[in-house]
Amino acid sequence: MTRVPPRTRRNRTHIVVFLAPAVLIYTAVMIVPLFETLRLSLFTTSGNHFVWNGVANFGVLFFDERQSLGFWNALRNNVYFFVIQMLQNPIGIGLAALLALPRLRAGAFYRTAIFLPTLLSFVIVGFGWKLILSPLWGVAPSLLGAVGLKGLFAPYLGRESSALTTLGFISVWQYVGVPMMLAYAALISIPDEIIDAAEVDGVVGIAQFFRVKLPLIWPTIGMISILTFVGNFNAFDLVYVTQGALGAPNYSTDILGTLLYRTFFGYQLQLGDPNMGATVATMMFLIILAGVCVYLFAVQRKISRYQF
Amino acid sequence: MSIPRFIFGVLALIAVLTCAGAGAVWAAPVTLTIESWRNDDLAIWQEKIIPAFEKTHPDIIVKFEPTAPTEYNAALNSKLDAGTAGDLITCRPFDASLQLFQKGRLVPLNGLKGMGNFSSVARTAWTTDDGKTTFCVPMAAVIHGFIYNKDAFDKLGLKPPATVPEFFALLEKIKADGTYVPLALGTKEGWETASMGYQNIGPTYYKGETGRLALIHGKAKLTDPQWVEPFAVLAKWRPYLGDGFEAQSYADSQNLFTLGRAAIYPAGSWEISGFRKQATFALGAFAPPVQKAGDTCYISDHPDIALGLNAKSPHPAQAKAFLEWVASPEFAKLYANALPGFFSLQRAPVALSDPLALQFASWRGTCKSTIRPTYQILSRGTPNLENMFWVEGSNVINGTDAPAVAAAKLQKGLDSWYKPAK
Repeated sequence: MTRVPPRTRRNRTHIVVFLAPAVLIYTAVMIVPLFETLRLSLFTTSGNHFVWNGVANFGVLFFDERQSLGFWNALRNNVYFFVIQMLQNPIGIGLAALLALPRLRAGAFYRTAIFLPTLLSFVIVGFGWKLILSPLWGVAPSLLGAVGLKGLFAPYLGRESSALTTLGFISVWQYVGVPMMLAYAALISIPDEIIDAAEVDGVVGIAQFFRVKLPLIWPTIGMISILTFVGNFNAFDLVYVTQGALGAPNYSTDILGTLLYRTFFGYQLQLGDPNMGATVATMMFLIILAGVCVYLFAVQRKISRYQF
Repeated sequence: MSIPRFIFGVLALIAVLTCAGAGAVWAAPVTLTIESWRNDDLAIWQEKIIPAFEKTHPDIIVKFEPTAPTEYNAALNSKLDAGTAGDLITCRPFDASLQLFQKGRLVPLNGLKGMGNFSSVARTAWTTDDGKTTFCVPMAAVIHGFIYNKDAFDKLGLKPPATVPEFFALLEKIKADGTYVPLALGTKEGWETASMGYQNIGPTYYKGETGRLALIHGKAKLTDPQWVEPFAVLAKWRPYLGDGFEAQSYADSQNLFTLGRAAIYPAGSWEISGFRKQATFALGAFAPPVQKAGDTCYISDHPDIALGLNAKSPHPAQAKAFLEWVASPEFAKLYANALPGFFSLQRAPVALSDPLALQFASWRGTCKSTIRPTYQILSRGTPNLENMFWVEGSNVINGTDAPAVAAAKLQKGLDSWYKPAK
């Protein structure tokens, strides 16, 4: 006969103690500033004081041509940048599928080489690509010339039509290692029994990838996509390093991050406006929040998970 | 030892220690920190300027702590808000510093000894709109013009141009020869097209101060021919720029010129000391060409840099001593010669030794001076006129916008917030 021991009131202070560092630090550096930003966006500056302004700042941001042109342009560019950036996921998964092939030689080398740019600072990536693509000193014109394609070269980063696309590809090049690694980890964790069963059923090669492996890594792909989305709408560094805070040429690479920087801190003769800046920051937060919610409630629930 | 004697001894000891302590505090040197965006000048401040001051003020140690130019305003504002900014603040001209003064971050310096060394015009950039309070000690002005590769000109048998048609004939010759890129200018950053382009050649068309003040007083518009014409001229520069000028940055342009690959560099005098170090060929300079021979020439002679006192500085007395020294003729001579191309704003003329700097300075005698049109009052609102000039200047050269379209956009932006006082 087993007797369930009576539940004793145990000392639970350790829970508080262990949670405290994370909660305190996270509150101090993330939650408080976030709410402070939200609060700031509802005020306006008059002299040296903040004055309650309701949602008027948002009205200005959306409809007053002085601010709204820049905002909608930045939002449009951001969406376009995101679309280009999403290319990294199919490419990364494709690379992972190739790396996961059992007969691949030097797999570790490819894996490292492709993942390496992710570890580089965006400053190095930005300046590096700026130099590579420089029409004056870059290697791109001469490399293209060596294979007889000099005609294809243009000052990509200096043209309105191509600057943002080029930045998108640079970003894909830098971060393609992340989806690749995550997808690779998911692929190699698929048990051999499932693969064997598929082969017994005659599902091999490409069909095996699409009908057996891909469905098993959908949850990973979903997670990668949402990470790309969040990273993308927070992006600032690459544009700032390669194109400057004005999103040259002619605001064609201006994204929400650079708009926020200019509005909040000011730029050259433009004086900083903390309230308008906070409004832009709040919009970025809301857009990301909306995107994450759509993913959590609409997409993630439809993805079926398999337990091995 | 009796108790009273013991107490007396302790008291004596305390008294001695207190005196010694006070003495030590009095003798300990005070450290002043200078905030600046001139990181290019760090070595010159550390090796030439600061030692000269410290020699006469052994009780003060000065540290020069510059930030990158494009980050300076943002970084300085954050530091001032947080109360961690240095004692001495390098002042940008006009509104950026005026805002700092209005917020109480900078101290009024009207009574400072040596302020009399500056004319009211020299102080305009750091004085309130009513002209009553000056809050920074003017240090230097910069002059726009064109710097050219003298060796290249000699080789091709060219002479610096005086008029706009001569200028384009010259560019055509350099282009036909093919050895050199005629003009080292890129449109990527916008800053170059606005400062070295429009604000360099523009004053000739809108007649310097006359045009600038007419704009401020609402008597002229940016869509008037004298303001559109400089854009039209800039658009004509396009065939003479280097390959891929759309992606050419400011640093690229500097290198293109100092490596001897370009013949002419639309410049500001602040480039002189850098070019002296980098270029291995002889340098020459010419003022912005006039429209037709005999016209009055106009130059952009822009007050650019000054020094103010942080209101929260713990050592205001020592900081004022430094500012008084900055306002002295001794500093003017030292600074103008250590950094050729930064011209003193003091009344008394300063003897310059650099021939190129002398050439730039000589235009003050022959041409009429004006300041950059966007700096005073006109860049206070949103959208910012100066930043729009950057973007539209590049658009015009890139061919994205026609000169008239660019001007219309600028005027529309300005109209949306600026109402000239009638």
